[in-house]
Amino acid sequence: MHSEARLVGGAMVMLAIATSALVVLPYLQLRDVKPPDGLKPYTSTELRGRQVYVQQGCLYCHSQQPRDRTMGPDGARGWGRPGVAGDYYYDHPHQLGTMRTGPDLFNIGSRQPSADWHLGHLFQPRAYVPGSIMPAYPFLFELKEKPDKDDRVVTMPPGYVPPGMIVVARPAALDLVAYLQVLKHNYPAIESPIARK
Amino acid sequence: MDGITILLSAFVLSVAALGFFIWSMRRGDFDATSRGATVIFAPQELGHPEDPSRVARPDDSIVAAPEEFGERSEADRSSAPVAFVFFCCAIVWLLVASVAGLTASIKLHAPDWLTQYEWLSFGRVRTLHLNALAYGWAPMAGLGLAIWLLPRLLKTTLKGGGFAVLGCMTWNAGLIAGLGAIAVGFTSGREWLEIPWQVALLLVIGGGLVALPLVFTLQSRQVDHLYVSVWYMGAALFWFPVLYLVANIPDLHFGVEEATMNWWYGHNVLGLFFTPLALASIYYFMPKVIGRPVQSYNLSLLGFWTLAFFYGQVGGHHLIGGPVPGWLITLSIVQSMMMIIPVLAFATNQYTTMRGYNHMLWYSPTLRFVAFGGIMYVASSIQGSFEALRTINAVTHFTHYTVAHAHLGLYGFVTMAFFGGIYFAMPRVMLREWPYPRLIGLHFWLSGGGILVYVFFLTIGGWLQGMAMLDAAKPFMESVDVTIIYLKMRSLGGALMTAGHLVFAVHFAAMILKVGPARDRPAFFHEPAAS
Repeated sequence: MHSEARLVGGAMVMLAIATSALVVLPYLQLRDVKPPDGLKPYTSTELRGRQVYVQQGCLYCHSQQPRDRTMGPDGARGWGRPGVAGDYYYDHPHQLGTMRTGPDLFNIGSRQPSADWHLGHLFQPRAYVPGSIMPAYPFLFELKEKPDKDDRVVTMPPGYVPPGMIVVARPAALDLVAYLQVLKHNYPAIESPIARK
Repeated sequence: MDGITILLSAFVLSVAALGFFIWSMRRGDFDATSRGATVIFAPQELGHPEDPSRVARPDDSIVAAPEEFGERSEADRSSAPVAFVFFCCAIVWLLVASVAGLTASIKLHAPDWLTQYEWLSFGRVRTLHLNALAYGWAPMAGLGLAIWLLPRLLKTTLKGGGFAVLGCMTWNAGLIAGLGAIAVGFTSGREWLEIPWQVALLLVIGGGLVALPLVFTLQSRQVDHLYVSVWYMGAALFWFPVLYLVANIPDLHFGVEEATMNWWYGHNVLGLFFTPLALASIYYFMPKVIGRPVQSYNLSLLGFWTLAFFYGQVGGHHLIGGPVPGWLITLSIVQSMMMIIPVLAFATNQYTTMRGYNHMLWYSPTLRFVAFGGIMYVASSIQGSFEALRTINAVTHFTHYTVAHAHLGLYGFVTMAFFGGIYFAMPRVMLREWPYPRLIGLHFWLSGGGILVYVFFLTIGGWLQGMAMLDAAKPFMESVDVTIIYLKMRSLGGALMTAGHLVFAVHFAAMILKVGPARDRPAFFHEPAAS
């Protein structure tokens, strides 16, 4: 190769081919996908909660993409039907994830609808799931002696709160739980014909 | 987009590539006598190792035109201050990334450790580790080596080095701001792209500025042939700003398309930025240290174009089983397997070039690091190709197995190759030998041993985790319990590597602060026999 122009040109063509395949074609193919009828836009509380999910990096241990039964027993574990492109219509940034250090969360709202459970579990996962390696999130909560008006008090199993103190959820924790509760993609959805191929 | 169109375009592309290949053959690009490979040697220098870690000067045993050595010293002098800045930044980020990585690793088996600090929670500190490594250590070391190598490869002095320094400053300012943003939770929420786009622009600009000296220096080159290292470095320098810019355009990407873009970027920053920079280093340092040109030079050129073509399209294998178009997954799996071609091209070259020279691994630090990196490149790439197959991916996707694979590539290969390059370059940058050769040996064993411990145990742990997850009869927690012992061994491996980096940093500091004995012999592990 004697010409640097040919080198750089060739290199850029290669990158352009890759970009067409992995970015431009999916863009053209998926831009007209509509949200399924059963999927509602997030409320502002849920959106704030989603932001907490993003900021805390839940993505690094939890996926949001149940696979079909040829790839794994996701359905048998109660993680829900395989996701379709439309399910992610309102998701920005996407949180599909690549790790399952913890379980898939795409339908955690169906599996675990209780706000009390989620709040307590965020405060101390090992109080609810023995052996869990999920980090505790004490900074999403406050320890107080007695609650103020409007405080959301979290009831913990005995032994996890210093004597004489109570656990109060901060707004970020409440938002996050609202988001987790709405993660229910249990409406029927068939892949939009344009996205399937 | 239907399957027929995809197949058809793949066919057309293949035929075009075949035509290009035949045309290259006719032009003699694949001659058995590949003169291009000798362009990095002075006349009659062949057969004489350029001593690792030794100030370039005419050696009595080398009967070469003295002016060529003078030119090489001049080339080294012109790039020294620029490379110095890059290497110093690289060392700092290496330490930051090591501490963050070790912290994250320990947190996975001690989940209640340091939980009261939000910025140290696993989700944050893991991300700090990745970004400090991927945007701090690796590019600073890789770009520093590229800048240092350019004048040598083009037999001229570095032109526009000031732009590179400016680019380095811009880049580091962006990285500091980006890491701060991640620590306080201001993240874009996409893997490998966490740095918010407002800040990421600084990295695009910085990366572009660093590419300028390449353009200027090319214009005043004194060689006819561009050595294969120039190809890899040149392409990488141009690829990165484009990749990072497209990935960071705000409000363009959406839903599932954002995921495909995410992994187009995530895999290309590895394949089209770190990998070529590291390969460029290996293709230069290995032949130089042993004093023998690359044996099948044209294979390395074939390797370049196949890497450029196939590597760009493999990113979809991160989404196997996901809600993305099926054709995209299939395309990525096929191209992942095709990556075996450039990898075998490299492996053949390394094997044939090193054959008969393995004794030099005994005493040459640079060769030992670089050869280790080359072997790990082959290992991790072959592993990666098979990992993309659906049957294997069904087990390993979503598990620590993938994490082990990523570290084999980015550490075992890229980082080790850069270590070797820095051990070669720094004595010329500082005009001083490494003061304590034993520390280099210690660094090698800590880093090399650490990464092997890390990968060995985490690979097993990840596989067991995947098998447990595939068995619906087992509760999910079993897939967690089974990994704990392996996660602890991972922390051990990480601690060894971190210790190695501390040794490296101390030695580096001693080097630049002129502490320690002023040695006038190359820093070898052992004295070469009868030289």
